[in-house]
Amino acid sequence: MVSGNVEVMRKAMLDALSLPAFILLFTMMGFGSLARGAGFGAEMAALATLFIWGLPGQLAMVELTVTGQGIVAIVFACSLANARFLPMVVSFVPAMSRGRSSLPGMMLDAQLLSINSWAVCLREFPQIEPEFRHRYYLTFASSILAAAVAGTLLGYHGAVLLPGVLVLGLIFVSPLFFALVLSAVPGRAERFSMILGCATIPLAHYLFPSVDLLITGVVGGSLGFALGKFWSGGDAN
Amino acid sequence: MQTESLWLIVLGCAAATFVWRGLGVVVVKRIDSRGAFFQWITCVSYAMVAGLVFRMIIMPESDLASVSLPIRVGAVVIAFAAYFAFRRRLVAGVLAGSLSLSVMAYLVG
Repeated sequence: MVSGNVEVMRKAMLDALSLPAFILLFTMMGFGSLARGAGFGAEMAALATLFIWGLPGQLAMVELTVTGQGIVAIVFACSLANARFLPMVVSFVPAMSRGRSSLPGMMLDAQLLSINSWAVCLREFPQIEPEFRHRYYLTFASSILAAAVAGTLLGYHGAVLLPGVLVLGLIFVSPLFFALVLSAVPGRAERFSMILGCATIPLAHYLFPSVDLLITGVVGGSLGFALGKFWSGGDAN
Repeated sequence: MQTESLWLIVLGCAAATFVWRGLGVVVVKRIDSRGAFFQWITCVSYAMVAGLVFRMIIMPESDLASVSLPIRVGAVVIAFAAYFAFRRRLVAGVLAGSLSLSVMAYLVG
């Protein structure tokens, strides 16, 4: 069990630097260069990463701006692409096991959440004393957010030119990382949900590309939840 | 597009994304974190995230689309093999998968 303010912050930074900060740096370089192509300023791109903090929505914003859509349509598409934050916040915040927390504090926690923090923290929390989990989360999330903003600016200014095949390998780091992290998730219902989510996404993406993740979540998650209940004979867990 | 419009887009997108996060906080305040609703929405999160990762590997919209499906799947298999061979070290799996994708793409392309 990890405890103590310094030790927890050290672990959070090391965990961030081991891969996630690098993943964010690289993927946000892609966003930065796209944002520049769409006519956004460097400070706009950086603030988009800082305040939207959800790549699918950021990409929707840039792509629709390039094709000359109206502002309302762009904002709506970005919002839909980031709708996963609703269930992610609900499933994540109680895991930090904070007894009393203020509404503004919870809003800040929610704003800092990203798929990386969500996956890594849920993985690491069992090894961290409950009262230090929030500090771990804040340190980890702000570390990777800093890397993401730096990556946005680097990509915007066209910092690095690597051979094409290496870039492909780097783009692949993000899905590989999540596939490995998710493979270790315990819990029967969660595992069923992930398998069914993978089974649902191709058809959902083909039929309703703009809301494919929402459909996948509700269909795969509900079936996985039901299957988990059925398997365990209806008792808790 | 004009500068003001672009700023409006960035701020609008940030606000519209925050709506979901804020709604999440509102829901958290109202539910029992040991109840069935919480378990269900946790399952929804896992299904969504797994679906997103699966989509990135099987149906990528990025430059990865230029790499054939067998190479992408092969690199994932290699990543898992390395991950388990090196006592579940994430770095080992990710490095092996990433490098093998680059090498295979180089050899085939």
